[in-house]
Amino acid sequence: MKKTSSVFTVVIFAFLYVPMIVLAVASFNTGTDISVFKSFTLNNYRELLRDNVLLPLLLNSVIVAVISSLFATVLGTAAALGIHSMGGRMRRMTMALTNIPLTNPEIVTGISLALVFVFVGQVMKIKSVMGFVTLLIAHITFNLPYVILSVLPKLRQMDDHLSEAAMDLGCTPSQAFFKVVLPEIMPGVISGALMAFTMSLDDFVISYFVYGPGFVTLPVEIYNYTKKPLQPKIYALFTFMFIIILLAMIIMNILQARDSRRGSRSLRRRSTNA
Amino acid sequence: MKNKLSSGPYLVWMTLFTVVPLVIVVYYAFTDSVTGRFTLGNVETVKNYIPIFLRSVWLALVSSLICLLLGYPVAWRIAQAGPKSQRLLYMLVMLPMCISFLLRTLAWVALLEDTGIINGFFIKLGLPPLPLIRTNGAVILGMVYNYLPYMIMPLYTVIMKIDRRLIEAAQDLGCGGAQVFAKVTLPLSVPGIISGVTMVFVPAVSTFYISQKLGNTGTTLIGDVIESQFKTAYNPNLGAALSLVLMIIVLACTALMNRFSGDDESVATV
Repeated sequence: MKKTSSVFTVVIFAFLYVPMIVLAVASFNTGTDISVFKSFTLNNYRELLRDNVLLPLLLNSVIVAVISSLFATVLGTAAALGIHSMGGRMRRMTMALTNIPLTNPEIVTGISLALVFVFVGQVMKIKSVMGFVTLLIAHITFNLPYVILSVLPKLRQMDDHLSEAAMDLGCTPSQAFFKVVLPEIMPGVISGALMAFTMSLDDFVISYFVYGPGFVTLPVEIYNYTKKPLQPKIYALFTFMFIIILLAMIIMNILQARDSRRGSRSLRRRSTNA
Repeated sequence: MKNKLSSGPYLVWMTLFTVVPLVIVVYYAFTDSVTGRFTLGNVETVKNYIPIFLRSVWLALVSSLICLLLGYPVAWRIAQAGPKSQRLLYMLVMLPMCISFLLRTLAWVALLEDTGIINGFFIKLGLPPLPLIRTNGAVILGMVYNYLPYMIMPLYTVIMKIDRRLIEAAQDLGCGGAQVFAKVTLPLSVPGIISGVTMVFVPAVSTFYISQKLGNTGTTLIGDVIESQFKTAYNPNLGAALSLVLMIIVLACTALMNRFSGDDESVATV
């Protein structure tokens, strides 16, 4: 059973990575047709270095992703602390609110925000309301649940008496938070922030409805591009980004590994003390 | 006690940017696009789109089922691996999701096209090329490909948590491999199956890019119709009415499935 499932797993992984290989191969292709490989070249990468269309758009995506994920991390961590100390009905209601952007189809989130922005724009008589601010608001909104859902489990694992002990020993509540609680929940905060960042960087559906011509992100431009033939340097950019994300994931992986090792060590310590 | 206050800004934010927008969707759905007065016209027009709704739900259900059948053995196998390779394999499942799904779908176009990579192989082997793209099958393939990781992740999380001693106990009591699976492993994976199916079904039923690229005019999905109401046909009121119905369908489906599970905090997270 294990052997058959191993073979099957390898097949599924191949299935998941076939399109990646197609794109990576296309990035070294001299021809412009993605389905026909003519000959090997690094020209697409050279073009990418000289490029002044795609890179600024990527920068736009990164700007939105960084600001929205930072904002969502701060707001979301504060919210998680609040939710953690809530009881019963209040907690259920807040979690229901948190689940709205997660369970709603992205297209509905996108158009509902777009309608609000248009509505506010009409009321305030702003001519072109869509732009950087609307994009940022939308991204923060869909990032928040990811932060909350990765911080909450860490708060649940934490011993609630820790911050009380810190305050008994003379910490102010804010000192207790920064010196005791925050370090304890940090892995959750970081993984929440990273998840928010990657979600935001790659978001297309929601951005597509709330972006303005003055501030376009890379995924939106790729969509607008795909109505015309694609320039091969876009595959080079993708392959490059793939490597960056791979590195980011490895770092995340190492952090998690360290966290789980620390977790098991403290668990052992606790059990020997008991 | 005072900690509760720290979620205040969040609650205000979410009210402004998730609750109010939904109220506005309802408002637009029930107002006329020209006069701005109350009307049931938009909701009545939705009737014309029932075949498209049915097709979207059908294709999304088929895709969810295929994802479950493909994803379960993979999740099970990952959960059997050693702790280090588990983390690595899990990362490999997540990695494709971080790359623009637009480009990955385009890669499938290149693979499936009439003059594409797969048909190129067929021609070289002396076989006749197959009509792969612009079919229901291609749309389902696109959905399965894009959302399979969403199925594997929750399944893996649940299977990993199954107490091995339960399986050993079942074996001690005389269960064979298939019986252990049917009576212990599978029932205990139900929460993972439910959240996996939900996580595949919701984006699949509302997609508009996959059907545009891999389907044909006969595979227009409800997401395509909604998108066109906002981007080309410009009738946001009809678009809002369609979204409202889509939202109700999704809510009904998730509510139906959540009746089997219960816990609301362990679902979408890793």
